[in-house]
Parts: sequence; C-alpha cells; structure tokens
Amino acid sequence: MSFIKESAAGTENTPRETEDTGYNYGYLDEQTKRMIRRAILKAVAIPGYQVPFAGREMPMPYGWGTGGIQLSASILGSDDVFKVIDQGADDTTNAVSIRKFFARVTGVETTEKTTEASVIQTRHRIPETPLTDGQIMVYQVPIPEPLRWIEARETETRKMHALEEYGVMHVQLYEDIARHGRIATNFMYPVKVDDRYIMSPSPIPKFDNPKLDMSPALHIFGAGREKRIYAVPPYTEVKSLDFEDHPFSVETWDDCCGLCGAKDSYLDEVILNDQGERMFVCSDTDYCTTRQQEGHRGPMAAREDISELKGTGPKAA
Amino acid sequence: MTAGNERYPAHDNQRIFRAILLTMSQPGSVTALGNWPNPPENLHPAAAAVCLTLVDMDTPLWIGKNTPNDIQTYLRFHCGCPVVRKQDRGAFGLILDGNDLPDLSEFNMGDIEYPDRSATLIIQVKDIQVGSGVLLTGPGINGQVQIGIEGLDTSFWQFLQHNNRQFPLGVDVILATQTEIVSLPRTVQVGI
Amino acid sequence: MYVAVKGGEKAIENAHRLMAEERRGDLAVPELSVEQILQQMRLAVDRVMSEGSLYDPELAALAIKQSRGDLVEAIFLLRAYRTTLPRLYTTEPVDTTAMHVRRRISATFKDIPGGQMLGPTFDYTHRLLDFKLAAESSVEPAAHDEQVGDNGIARVMDLLESEGLVEDVVVDDDDPVGDITRDPMTFPADRDLRLQNLARGDEGFLLALGYSSQRGFGDNHPFAGEIRMGEVAVSIAPEELGFEIEIGDITLSECEMVTSFKGSKSELPRFTRGYGLSFGYNERKVMAMSLVDRALQARELGEEIEAPAQDEEFVLYHSDNVEAQGFVQHLKLPHYVDFQADLVMVRGMREEILKKQQADNSEEAA
Repeated sequence: MSFIKESAAGTENTPRETEDTGYNYGYLDEQTKRMIRRAILKAVAIPGYQVPFAGREMPMPYGWGTGGIQLSASILGSDDVFKVIDQGADDTTNAVSIRKFFARVTGVETTEKTTEASVIQTRHRIPETPLTDGQIMVYQVPIPEPLRWIEARETETRKMHALEEYGVMHVQLYEDIARHGRIATNFMYPVKVDDRYIMSPSPIPKFDNPKLDMSPALHIFGAGREKRIYAVPPYTEVKSLDFEDHPFSVETWDDCCGLCGAKDSYLDEVILNDQGERMFVCSDTDYCTTRQQEGHRGPMAAREDISELKGTGPKAA
Repeated sequence: MTAGNERYPAHDNQRIFRAILLTMSQPGSVTALGNWPNPPENLHPAAAAVCLTLVDMDTPLWIGKNTPNDIQTYLRFHCGCPVVRKQDRGAFGLILDGNDLPDLSEFNMGDIEYPDRSATLIIQVKDIQVGSGVLLTGPGINGQVQIGIEGLDTSFWQFLQHNNRQFPLGVDVILATQTEIVSLPRTVQVGI
Repeated sequence: MYVAVKGGEKAIENAHRLMAEERRGDLAVPELSVEQILQQMRLAVDRVMSEGSLYDPELAALAIKQSRGDLVEAIFLLRAYRTTLPRLYTTEPVDTTAMHVRRRISATFKDIPGGQMLGPTFDYTHRLLDFKLAAESSVEPAAHDEQVGDNGIARVMDLLESEGLVEDVVVDDDDPVGDITRDPMTFPADRDLRLQNLARGDEGFLLALGYSSQRGFGDNHPFAGEIRMGEVAVSIAPEELGFEIEIGDITLSECEMVTSFKGSKSELPRFTRGYGLSFGYNERKVMAMSLVDRALQARELGEEIEAPAQDEEFVLYHSDNVEAQGFVQHLKLPHYVDFQADLVMVRGMREEILKKQQADNSEEAA
C-alpha cells in the first residue's frame, strides 16, 4: 500500500439541510460525541479490545442498536453516504427506522447500495459485495464479551483478557466437538484479532467471519447497553478459533437463491404456504437485487405468488 | 473563526475526527487538515485542530513547562481542559517541538486490564514524507509503508519500538506538521 | 401466503397512528390532561421522575400520558430526553435534616425527638375497593402538619451515631462523586456509584432483592430506623458567584435502615446501616433500596458474598429497567439469519445421526 492523501480541509463547512429537530447535529451533544470519538480511537489502537464508554440513553430501546447508533452519530458527516441493514436487508423495519432517524438528525444521504456507502450500519450481517478501502462498517452488538457464556463476571473476564488466559474458550469449543462431533457455534463465532485479543464479531453468522480477515474496511463495534466499543482496523488478521483436526468451516446450502440463483451468498429460508413449501433467498437484499438487475435468474424467479419477496409487489401496510 | 462566515463546530469536529480516524486506522497515511483553526504562533493549526476535536474538560492535557502563555491560554479556553504538569496525569500530551522530546516513557501507558486509559500524544514536526524513511508494518497497513519525518528526534523511533513491545499497553501518537497529520498507534512495528 | 417480516416506512407510520388512536380511546370521553395526571396520578409521576433520573413533574406526567400509563416506557422517554440536556451546574448536596417533613416514622423507638408523623399514607387503610370513588370523590378537609425545626429535625441515625452505636460514614468531601451516566461503571464499584445505580434502579427489581435479603438470601435483620418524606431546598454554587443560591424545592423520600453487625476483634459491636433516597414520594422504593444498599456492603464489611442481593455485579448490571426492557424486548426483532445458521446445523446433525443408525441397523440385519 502506498498512502492516502485526502483533504479534510474544505474551506466552507456548511451542513446539509436538516429538519429542525431541536437537537444537535447527529442528535448527541458535542461533548458526548468527543467522548465516543476518543473511545473509537483507542479501540482502533488496540484491535479487538473492548473499550468501556459512558453510553447514553438513545431514543431507541437498548438492544435495538443503541451502540451502533451512537457510533454512527459520532462518525457521520455531510460527505457521507449511509446504508443501514438488519439481517442483510435494507427494508427490515428496524433498519428503516434507524435510517430514517439519521436522515432526520443529520440530513445524511442514504443508499441501499453497498458500493455507494461510505458508512454501513449493520445488525447480524456483513454484505456479500466485498468492502473497499475507506468504508466503515458499524456493528450493533448485544453482548460484546466473547467469554461471557463461560464466565458471567466482568471482573473475571477482564482479567482473562489481560493475561491472555483463553484456554477455557478452547475447552468449551472442544466440548462441543466431543458432544456433537463438531463446533456447535454458528453465529457470534469467536475470533482472535491480530494474534492477541479474542473478540466477538457480533451475532453475524460464522459464514461472514472470513470477510473480517485482512478486510480493507474499518470495522467498529458498539454495544450500547453493555457500554463497550471495539474495532478491527483495515488489513488486520482476524482468525476464527478452531483446532487442527477440526478446522473452521462455514455453512453451505444445497440450494441456490430462488430469485437470483446465487450460490455464494448467505441464504434465508422462507416458508411459502401452509403446505410447508419453502424456498431460499439471499439475505443480502442489495446483492440479490443487483444480481437480478444484471440478468441472473433463480429457479423461483418466474413465480407470481412471491412478488412481495422480489420487492416488486406491494409492501406490507 | 472567520469573520462574517459562520462556522459550525459540530461539522469541524466531525471532519477533523474523521481525518484522525483515517490516519489512526491506517498508520502511515497522511491527511491534510488545512489551515483551520487560527491558533497562536508556534501551535500548528493541525495540532490545534486535533486538540479542539478530542480534548475537553474530561481529559487533562499535559504541556511542557516552557510552553508560551498564549498557547496555554488558547488551549484552556478553547478546549476547556485542565492543564497538568505531571506527565503521567495527562490523557493527552502536546509536544510543541519534535526535536525537544520529554522522556516519552513517562507518559501513562495504560493498565493491563484497561489499556485504553493510556495517553495520546500530539507531537509537532516540520514535514512528513511518504515513500521513504522508516519502514512501518502492523494492523491497518497493507504490507508495509515508509515515512520520513523532518523535525523529529531519532530517539523517537527507538521509543516507538519499545512502545510496541509493551502491547497492549502503550501510548498512541499523532504527528502534526502545520497542516497535516499522521498517526502511529501502539500497534505500529518499526523497522529501522 | 407467508412472507418474511418486512415493512417499509408506511407500516411503521401506520403503527404509530394506530398507537395514537388507541391512546386517545373513545373520543366521547374527555381527553386526559397532563395537569390531571400531575395532580391525580402523582405517585406514578414520582416513580417516573425517580427512575427516569430527572426531577421534572410536568415532563414526567407528559411521558405517562404519551406512554398510555406504561410507567417503564414513560421512564424510558424521560431518560432519553434527559441525556440530551446540557449539564450547567452540579448542585450542592441536599440536606435532608432540614427537610420540611410531611411524613416521618421510626420503627426503632416509640417516640423520637420531633415526633412521629403519619402524613399521607396507604398504611392502616383497609384495602377495600371504594365504589364511591368510581362516581366522584368527596374530600373531607384534613389537618396539615408540617415540621421543620430551627436546626432541622435530627435523624434517628444521628442519635445512634452520637452514642457510637452505628458505623461511621466516612465522608471525604474532596473525593469526587462518581456518575454512572458520565463514566462507565467499573468493578468493584464504590458506594456512591452503587447508590446512584439503585436510585435509578427498577422498583420491582429492588423490591424482590430486598425481600430476598429478608428471607435469608443475605443476612440483613433490618429495622426501619427512620423514613421521612417532604421538601428540601436545592442549591447551586456557581464559581463565578462564589456563594450558594437556592434554585427551588424538591420532594424527596428517604429511608435509613438499621441492621445488626456483630463486630470483630478490632471493633466493638455496632449497628450497620442501609440507605435509600428517591425523588418524590416513593416509600416502597427507598425501603427496598436501603435493604439492597446494606446487602451490597458485604464486601466492605468482610461478609461472605453468597446471596444475589450481595453480589454487586449481579445487582448493578441488572437493576436498570430501561436497559432490561430493551434487551428482553429486542427478541422481537428479526433473528432469522442466526436462526437459519442453527437450523442448517441441527438438520445436518440429525441427518448424520439417522444415517449412522440406518447403517448400524442394516449391519445388524445382515
């Protein structure tokens, strides 16, 4: 890599037109944003380490993305293009609600296209379209502590991270193998960042874990209720925990996407009728739509009764 | 502050923060901050911008004894921060001349359970060259990158090596010319 | 046909309209005013202010109206508003000795200097539904007692303290007071942080924990040393003025529990204490709070930590109903990506096992 020389020095700093909300730009006051920004910088400087921060109450409930929202509120500016996904989809209710909130308090330009976005806030997925240099992923995190199910106490897990005492984590995964013949963790699958900290990648399916390794994008994780921020800088090694005799592997489907025919994407299962007929569709709606626009067709694409899934029918009212 | 041209602090803060974030997440990359704000002489606009964006009443700022009064007053007033004289008390440290470094290992390196409590140092330098000079590797760097700094005591690089070996403890450094910054978080490995 | 739960802005907007409609109810019935809530649902207002961590009766009443009487939702509304307010000054500590007392009781002494004062209370009322109230209430004039001594009204705990019978509270005025809304909570947590957390904590949670400590989960043996409720003055001392000015009065409830402590080799036997304080009239809350505060002192007092109420990580991490209600209810959000991952695995595992069983069976048959 050579270097990037970007100007942050625009002579005028006129903000985009925003609705008069009675709140500061980005909802949070400047002092709160400074506190969060300092925490983000420390998180970047110590990859995978959870920085405690004084999380604020947000106008959405805890558990609904308040960590991600506080990060986005501290990051977003007039030059950004913002994308919000939940379960990979831009049109799930909570994604719509969060996107609308930021459009209102920052006037930020929004998009559904992964390639157009400079900041992507997500719950439970990493887009299928490869991320690029300069993009920032913001994750909503419910439980940031990967060791929480082994040790409930914060005082203990903090010591374990400090002393790099991660033996128990491997023991737990190995118990899975002894009991089930495989590691039975499918999402929130723990990773080791830059060969030091064990980190929870948030409840993304393990299918998405490899996308974090040496990613050109910056990944920032926010847990509002638990009041932690952590990060993976670009071009950083992120290794999913495994064993020599049980190497890490991701989910595969026998089917392809019913709409676009993709075989390389994460698929959601949809039950179509009372007879239990089902189909698989891409969880990443932008990826699927783009493929359909490019002319890719899946086996169910011609079916009339699934117009709503294709995004061409009337939306639920 | 330019007369007749209202500025929005929220937007200046955001823009400068993003520039710092970019350099911190991609060590060795240089970002131009421009000629805002307009601090007293000997305080670089880029260093002042970093202070205004990150330092406030919750973060004590260390500055050297010999710092001119007008700079101290400026920082106290615009950041609203307490100024401290003991190096290990500063959440931030501002060093006006990279050729005149205090003992950097005296700054707060953090706690093994809370390594984020370490100091962030802002060091003023003359010039930053990319593509030649010291070889850097580590998280955020795709392969390797070379930077050459003018106006920075060479002992700094030994300190940075030592700093990296303390990981996860360690300070994070932002070097600032008049108009540009480059960041060297504790993850940076130096090949001299 | 079934489709995944997707809904655009239209669906959300309509949900808001439906909610507003149901909030208003039958249009033939006059609309509830914020003032009516403020006057006639005052205990609800007090709870919302207390757990909402903001003393503003009008806004608390508005939040109750907006939330259709869902108090946890109202508390959330008030908190989300509070967090956007700039912090202009920090008040001086309030002096509850100087309280204009409207209610004051002690269970530890038959009579106390300043006297017992029942004040407005549900205690000793027979809990019979008052069907007359369904029509219209008639209010008989009551005698209004209010007490405020020249030097305030001494607290029962002070009387015990002067005899050396209760542990001293070590007060260091130079020690900064923590604030969990400004700094993340870290453990072990000092008592200032614990009390702030409990004051904001869910009444039901504290009630259950306090109750558990009475039933042997933690060894408390409490006596209600004193409970008082009334108005106290709030002052600030702006640096630019250099002196204190009163900015208003607030209603507070305060409870001090006396609990036993056997003493140790180095210390004479003496009583310990638990403390509860709340905005408004919240007697049950402050009593429960003081029980939990006492239980949480186990670490400092060298007691064994065995019960949930003594466990500060357990209590402090789970007391906040804004956090708790959010995380419990987030299970409503779609989780189909993660569920799909488990589904794929469970199917795969079943298939493998069934195949193996079949193979074993056919081997046996052969």
